[in-house]
Amino acid sequence: MLSRTAENLFWLARYVERAENVARLLDVAMRMSSLPHGPTDGPDEWHSAIVAAGCERSFYAKHERASAESVIDHLARDPDNPSSILSCLETARRNGRAVRTALTADMWEAVNATWLETRKLTRDDFVPGRVGRFLERVKERSLLFGGAAGATMLRSDAYWFTRLGTFVERADNTARILDVKYHVLLPKAEPVGGSIDYYQWTAILRSVSALRSYHWVYRDRIKPWLVAELLILRPEMPRSLMSCLGEIARQLEVLGQAYGSRGECHRLAGQLEARLRFGKVEAIFQAGLHEFLTEFIDSNTVLGDEIGRHYLF
Amino acid sequence: MRIRIRHETRYRYDGPVDYAAQVVRLTPRDHEGQRVLSWRVADGSGRMLSGFEDGYGNRSHLVTLARRHEESSIVVTGEVETADTSGVVAGAIDPLPSLYFLRRTEATTPDAAIEALARAQEGVADPVERLHRLMLDVRARVAYEIGSTSVATSAAEALARGRGVCQDHAHVLIASSRLLGFPARYVSGYLWDGSLTGPAEASHAWAEVRIPGLGWVGLDAANGVSPTASYVRIATGLDYADAAPVRGIRRGGAGETLAVSVEVQQVQAQQ
Amino acid sequence: MTSAFDEMGEQASPRPAYTGVAAWLAETPAAALSAKLDEAELIFRRTGITFAVYTEGGDPERLIPFDIIPRVLDAREWSVLERGLAQRVRALNAFIADVYGPQEFVRSGKIPAPLVLHNPGFAAEMVGLRVPAGVYTHIAGIDMVRVGPDEFYVLEDNCRTPSGVSYMLENREATMRLFPDLIRRHRIRPVSHYPEELLGTLRSVAPPAASDNPTVVLLTPGSYNSAYYEHSFLADEMGVELVEGVDLMVEDLVVYMRTTRGRQRVDVIYRRIDDAFLDPLAFRPDSALGVPGLMAAYRAGNVTLANAVGAGIADDKAVYTYVPEMVRFFLGEEPILKNVPTYRCSEADERAHVLDRLHELVVKDVHGSGGYGMLVGPHATKAERAAFAEKIKATPDRYIAQPTLSLSTCPTFVDNGIAPRHVDLRPFVLSGRDIKIVPGGLTRVALREGSLVVNSSQGGGTKDTWVLDG
Repeated sequence: MLSRTAENLFWLARYVERAENVARLLDVAMRMSSLPHGPTDGPDEWHSAIVAAGCERSFYAKHERASAESVIDHLARDPDNPSSILSCLETARRNGRAVRTALTADMWEAVNATWLETRKLTRDDFVPGRVGRFLERVKERSLLFGGAAGATMLRSDAYWFTRLGTFVERADNTARILDVKYHVLLPKAEPVGGSIDYYQWTAILRSVSALRSYHWVYRDRIKPWLVAELLILRPEMPRSLMSCLGEIARQLEVLGQAYGSRGECHRLAGQLEARLRFGKVEAIFQAGLHEFLTEFIDSNTVLGDEIGRHYLF
Repeated sequence: MRIRIRHETRYRYDGPVDYAAQVVRLTPRDHEGQRVLSWRVADGSGRMLSGFEDGYGNRSHLVTLARRHEESSIVVTGEVETADTSGVVAGAIDPLPSLYFLRRTEATTPDAAIEALARAQEGVADPVERLHRLMLDVRARVAYEIGSTSVATSAAEALARGRGVCQDHAHVLIASSRLLGFPARYVSGYLWDGSLTGPAEASHAWAEVRIPGLGWVGLDAANGVSPTASYVRIATGLDYADAAPVRGIRRGGAGETLAVSVEVQQVQAQQ
Repeated sequence: MTSAFDEMGEQASPRPAYTGVAAWLAETPAAALSAKLDEAELIFRRTGITFAVYTEGGDPERLIPFDIIPRVLDAREWSVLERGLAQRVRALNAFIADVYGPQEFVRSGKIPAPLVLHNPGFAAEMVGLRVPAGVYTHIAGIDMVRVGPDEFYVLEDNCRTPSGVSYMLENREATMRLFPDLIRRHRIRPVSHYPEELLGTLRSVAPPAASDNPTVVLLTPGSYNSAYYEHSFLADEMGVELVEGVDLMVEDLVVYMRTTRGRQRVDVIYRRIDDAFLDPLAFRPDSALGVPGLMAAYRAGNVTLANAVGAGIADDKAVYTYVPEMVRFFLGEEPILKNVPTYRCSEADERAHVLDRLHELVVKDVHGSGGYGMLVGPHATKAERAAFAEKIKATPDRYIAQPTLSLSTCPTFVDNGIAPRHVDLRPFVLSGRDIKIVPGGLTRVALREGSLVVNSSQGGGTKDTWVLDG
């Protein structure tokens, strides 16, 4: 298939996934902001959402302070921010339109109808009290897109590149959501493992729809290293880094077999996957969770680039 | 006269370029008064470039570089044997009928000033004399000044400004000749400056006008003469855009620095 | 306009080709037709056939109206057209080959040299290039009009990049779905093999160096182009890649496309991009749609472009007036198809005649297309005619004039029932090693009462076009 088609499919899937994940990030921030706050003058959950979304520079160029209003506006609505949900949906549709004939009618419908809906929204739909409905809708439409791809696409290279896009982006986002916790300081008087800490970890689990899974897997109260283990290492958790990398490696392997050629992206995916498969959460915490996540995000970015390079995007 | 040429075009980009392509018209061909003894068009690594012939019969080459790079170059070297023909060009490859060269282009569309310039020598009956005077008028009206115009400057603009380079002289002369009903074309080439010893900057351009009874005659308005044995004729076209030595495009790279060095030397005949 | 020839004739005593359609119209209530019209619209919307019009406002993805009543040609009528079209396109190809080759037609004085050499459609880039099979217009759309039972005229030739063939195919598809019974009552020659014939034509003109299985691609300006639907439709139907400029690259004078399996050599490009945008190194330097170096590869004989660059010289409306002479000169035959009698404003006495009779003539810009830049004398106001007269005097070379033809009408389903509307016909002629013509073509219909302008950009619609067998 044309490299451009593969590239458009890859990015279509990435942007749909990114829209969903920015919605999830905002969800965490909103949950955290509703927790009891101690007196703190350090950065709060709104700042952390901006950092986790990788939008620090664009945000502070425009706003002085991270507040609920400014952050929600920047991450959900602002058309000048290429990573805002609206921008993601717009970019997703543009990519989709360019390869419309490679999409099934259901996938196109999922992308196009979402975009048409968002065009009717006004600024009022993005104020803190009302944005929840929009965020829910974004998640719903993204899940519909993924479902449509899985249920209607022919299993050929078009499907594999779409899947690659989804999982490269999802891995990136899970790592970022987990990293939010690093940036949100506990109020001074609060002990690690105290109730605020507990609620913050719970919020993260909820935002990736993993709270019940956590209980199911661990049958234990919320412990930071177990949350990290679930979201990083557990293969049965569908948004975990391990799951995503497993999928990436699998799709690349199918492509490698179909085309009879493998490259640096195959090696890199294998290496990243092996590191997660044989990783231990204790070691991760010892070396520092934030450091681990930062390094992972970088490697994952390189992996995305290498996929593009190998398939001539 | 035997002339040796070395022409190097070097691109340096600010930031990596993923793709660059150039079409170069830098190869002379044989006609009366010009014989190519040896010629080579290569890229920076010395690899010969793929050639083709354009619609004007200009020998052209395509360079494409589809991998990330920050600089590239084209190197042209060769030797040409020339003789003085008083500017008359005979036996050249000429796929287009001369009538074609009455066509107007954007760069050579005449305005009132060009029309006045062209009609100034109306009283002169002999076409050779008339065109010769026209050439000198063009030279008088457009002072030679490097950097005063760009490749996009039209004949009318150059005349209005009263300043220009050889390309502008050629365009003004072409525009006025066509207005008088003489087919005229643009020529790019090299000029060996005999007043200097050693190599010199020498890319040049002039015009050729079709004169009944004589055929195509070269007129170099920049120097006010017809080409001599010091001229090497390379490419022709309706205007600069057709005969441009290099035309390029690239993806990526914020800006580019272009370094062109042309060395033209007279080779002493072997005894 | 009431005197126009109606192709069906009286509903009570229709012309033979229309007996089936007339009977069907008589027995089908208007309400049923109306319901079918809605259904047709739904079919087209769902398949995504849209046509963007280059004017402001309006729905950017609007449909060209489809008229559900088919237009019918009988076998005898078609066989004359078919022979005439093949002949005309052979002559046009010979003419274009001559223009960029020996120029014998010019040199023998059959056509004024400046009309060719100074024509904006003349591409010096093509001079001296020999293209496979000597074919320049591989896909030609010849616009025909009819004024009487046996009177067809060629209105204009489209040798550059004629569009509309997807409507021909989709219209037939729609009729078959909407009116299977009506179809069954007739023996209609099929059109659905067009994409296959097109692919065969394109493959037959691959460069000599190509393998036995040459790679064909369709080059589109992209999804924002008004005819993008047609581009993707044809690429799908032929099973070839639909590429944009960025998908192609030239190296060592060979064209490649970038695929996920690596580079793949391209032999034939069915391009739906105008000449000016094909290659920024040869034409408009600001074109982002094209492929740098494409012309170099083309000149080197390593790729075939369909249609050839510079084929548009034959679309010029002044050049058109010389086509009958081309048929005689290049083929030694008498033209089967007639031109509309045309006055050349470039010639003084003809110009005087035109200026005298503006009220009864149609004046056209020789480089115009799509119905733009023309004056329909009888429908214009006095002021409009006076303004146009000034334009003709200022640049006479730019204009030709023709009598206002009384175009034939066909029964058409309009707001207040069935009424006659003027139609034209654009058959598509494929030229490769052989000439192929799919029976019929695209019928365009002027939906406004009395209107003679059938262009889709100016409110025209389309009809399914039937050629009956034997």
